[in-house]
Amino acid sequence: MRTPLTGPEIQRLIDLLAKLPGLGPRSARRAVLHLVKKKESLLQPLSEAMVDAAEKAVICTTCGNVDTRDPCTICVDTRRNAASLCVVEDVGDLWALERAGAHKGRYHVLGGTLSALDGIGPEDLHMGRLIERVAAGEITEVILAMNATVDGQTTAHYITDKLAGTDITISRLAHGVPVGGELDYLDDGTLSAAMKSRRPV
Amino acid sequence: MEWRDEGVVLSVKLHGENAVIVDMLTAQHGRHSGLVRGGRSRRLRPVLQPGNSLMLHWRARLEDHLGSYSVELMTARAGILIDDGFALAGLTAASSVATALPEREAHSALFSAYEVLMDNLEDPDIWPMLYVRWELGLLQELGFGLDLATCAVTGVKEGLAYVSPRSGRAVCVEGAGQYKAQLLALPGFLTGPTGADTTERDVLDGLALTGYFLEKQLFGPLLGHLPEPRTRLVDIVHKRLTPKAEI
Repeated sequence: MRTPLTGPEIQRLIDLLAKLPGLGPRSARRAVLHLVKKKESLLQPLSEAMVDAAEKAVICTTCGNVDTRDPCTICVDTRRNAASLCVVEDVGDLWALERAGAHKGRYHVLGGTLSALDGIGPEDLHMGRLIERVAAGEITEVILAMNATVDGQTTAHYITDKLAGTDITISRLAHGVPVGGELDYLDDGTLSAAMKSRRPV
Repeated sequence: MEWRDEGVVLSVKLHGENAVIVDMLTAQHGRHSGLVRGGRSRRLRPVLQPGNSLMLHWRARLEDHLGSYSVELMTARAGILIDDGFALAGLTAASSVATALPEREAHSALFSAYEVLMDNLEDPDIWPMLYVRWELGLLQELGFGLDLATCAVTGVKEGLAYVSPRSGRAVCVEGAGQYKAQLLALPGFLTGPTGADTTERDVLDGLALTGYFLEKQLFGPLLGHLPEPRTRLVDIVHKRLTPKAEI
């Protein structure tokens, strides 16, 4: 058995950090070494921030976003357009759209996509809450911002069917050539989707 | 161990942070899974979508190992189909029903039929009939084929309109007699040529027929019910059949 390099406290920190996405044991060791070297300026504020976040982080019961208040900051922001609702798969997608400043309305996080393989059906996603929000009457437009994958679009079509009886406008994100994309380097599927979604200029 | 073959993606499951386990229906090696390293990458994510045809190079140290795939895109279908809810319903239903196939058992004829189905998913007038025929073929390949050649009661080859849920044999109108209500409807496109006069009611009858035997013989013992995408497909065809005012 290999002799441990450090005491159990630091080893525990390395083991926990190694479980984070994008980090392995080697990069976790580097991160911990950096933290220990900058104990006052980084390690202690980080540990306090983590304790604080662990105590206060909650899932918004209205939209499914992660925040430290419920309803979340986006749901209570009166400057946002309450009539426009953007449906996303995951909190990461919501944050990506917010980062881009692409949507000025509110959101609804489904928590995944329909997937027969993983046994995820409509009842496992926050579909019921979405239908309730739409039925409340304030929303006039639903934007389906699902990933351009078979599972993502199957979920989008499922939601479209569920909302078919209402008089709200339903739209989805465009599929096609990304900004800065060169046709020669695009995959066949994206090119086909872009050609199919072409529009007059 | 290694081989090269072509196949259609059935499903993709995450494995760790960057790899995926992809389930393929291949031409010579049947339903076969394998690990794709970097399958979550920006380059491979659009390639590893259900319905796409790939050229595969499988390698493993031993034959019964999971092994890893190197993949190359041959036909990209997912990008075209994701806008079409009806086609997607067919694609996901077919992918989920194909999981009834045992792994690593070659079914070349079924693979060819699957490719034909995938190639026609853009045409809503054709693919539902091809889909029902493919499910019939799957039942046949797995030893639960229906006998639709002659009437089980009278022996005639014409006017076949029903199938016995017990024996899986066709029955003509005269032969059905008073038992009509207990028999499954047999749509004309399953006994004759696929005609332009085939309606969505015929497709629904076909889906009910194959669905009954798929559930009884394959999915019932495994899951207790048909896969959800298959049930959703029937709902969608039913909605297309029902006038909007009735929904």
